Amino acid sequence: MADKIATREAYGKALCEFGSVYNNIVVLDADLAEATKTCIFKKQFPERFFDCGIAENNMLCVAAGLSTVGKIPFVSTFAMFAAGRSFEQIRNSIGYPHLNVKICATHAGISVGEDGATHQCNEDIALMRTIPGMVVINPSDAVEAKCAVEASIKYNGPVYMRFGRLPISIINDSPDYKFEIGKAIKMADGIDVTIVANGMMVEQALIAREMLMSEGISASVVNMHTVKPIDKEMLLFEAQQTGCIVTSEEHNIIGGLGSAVSEALSEICPIPVVRHGVEDVFGKSGPAKELIEEYKLNAFGIVEKVHQALALKKE
Amino acid sequence: MSDILELQKIATEIRLGIVEAVFNAKSGHPGGALSSADILTYLYFREMNVSADKANDENRDRFVLSKGHSCPAYYSVLAEKGYFSKDELKSFRHTGAMLQGHPDMKGINGVDMSSGSLGQGFSVACGMALGAKIDKKDYRIYALLGDGESQEGQVWEAITFAAHYNLDNLCLIIDNNGLQIDGKVKDVMNIMPYASKLKAFGWNVISCDGHNFEEIKNAFDKARQTKGKPTAIIAQTVKGKGVSFMENQASWHGKAPNEEQYNIAVRELTEYKNSLGGNK
Repeated sequence: MADKIATREAYGKALCEFGSVYNNIVVLDADLAEATKTCIFKKQFPERFFDCGIAENNMLCVAAGLSTVGKIPFVSTFAMFAAGRSFEQIRNSIGYPHLNVKICATHAGISVGEDGATHQCNEDIALMRTIPGMVVINPSDAVEAKCAVEASIKYNGPVYMRFGRLPISIINDSPDYKFEIGKAIKMADGIDVTIVANGMMVEQALIAREMLMSEGISASVVNMHTVKPIDKEMLLFEAQQTGCIVTSEEHNIIGGLGSAVSEALSEICPIPVVRHGVEDVFGKSGPAKELIEEYKLNAFGIVEKVHQALALKKE
Repeated sequence: MSDILELQKIATEIRLGIVEAVFNAKSGHPGGALSSADILTYLYFREMNVSADKANDENRDRFVLSKGHSCPAYYSVLAEKGYFSKDELKSFRHTGAMLQGHPDMKGINGVDMSSGSLGQGFSVACGMALGAKIDKKDYRIYALLGDGESQEGQVWEAITFAAHYNLDNLCLIIDNNGLQIDGKVKDVMNIMPYASKLKAFGWNVISCDGHNFEEIKNAFDKARQTKGKPTAIIAQTVKGKGVSFMENQASWHGKAPNEEQYNIAVRELTEYKNSLGGNK
């Protein structure tokens, strides 16, 4: 397994790579270029990088304006300030007119670490996916992050992408890996339960699968990188194959992937769905690794939820 | 006929369209629409490089109605300019109609940006102006802001941004009618004085009477000639201008006239139009 890379790092590099192909890409940041990694693009294409200062609401609307005159704006700040603070700007000035703006939010979730609760956004996916027409992607590693950036460029419309601060393993390095917006990726087969995960939880789902195997439980693992539009076809297939689902995300269990999967399945194939994620609480300060353990955002947490799901399935 | 007389006639047609739209909708915002009617008339009939047959020309000037609720004026101007039929004004705000309660760029020919949530459109205009600069294009961007709207913090983010990036292709017009829903702007939340604040933020500032076409013309001419920084035109206006019982009444911010009031409004505007002489 290769060295660990944060998805924000992959994002910054991808911007540079595609920036030289698509000269209508422009990048906006709100005084966080070093942290969001748009600084990589800024260094290579200073004439297409615009710092907006600590004024996110203006930045999102400036991006909207740029898109109306033919630019592909990539807008970055922390997830808290993009999806949170500027929700209404995104909703009304980007979502409603369906403008070609790519909102790339970094530092999402508990794994932000020491900055604590004010900066650990566990609500962004919930907020973004309520906006009609918004594509919402949470990539699971550096490879997928780069592919998501490329796919978003080729897609004409608003896209929200979530990138993390914490370096994570490369898990999508197989030669037949293919990223398509709205198409989930089957990571491993199983017959007893399906773990549907995204972001950094996909790797944990694969680890959980190994742990479950030693208990004689066969788990299927799906990487649901696109939360919206959700891959109903894959969900239906899995529901029929395994009969119960555990969702896993670094996000509040309310409103994110777990909700999206539950909503879809309740209408097409109602089966037990148990949600794993941040249990409707705020985060706190601490090293990311310690917080991940405390909030059970790891394979152990997933295994616990799998047992719950299996019990529900038997009833 | 002098050009000013011609503009006054067009503006009166625009006002008739506003009254028609709001009366038939049984809702809407006549006050701020009437106060901005002359500015919009000048913009679309004299200042801006736009035409209905080139609605999507990438080199056209752009306009953003940041005070989106004043769209009866905007729609009336676009109809007069030929972007769509004037009949559409009668179905403004109706279910299934093209003309939404606030501007919708996806459904309405000629609308450069959807707006309505105050404070956002002006930032969008800044983005358009930045885009023109990046491409070294010489089209210009105009944004109309409400005076009450300037209470939004985002407006001051945009004012800072436009000056920082020297957006001299951007012209902001403040429709300074002095009234907002809850009363006088100075009583609700005094945000004045605009001129000294904008100057302190690095803007070129021009004041004019927003109902005097000669002053409006001079203001836009000066704005176009100003290089290196954005220009704000502070247009002194009268809310409800042109309809006697609506003038300077905050209560006419967001309500429709009843049939009797509608008839009076149409009579007053028609009499004024006739007093200007000529055929149109």
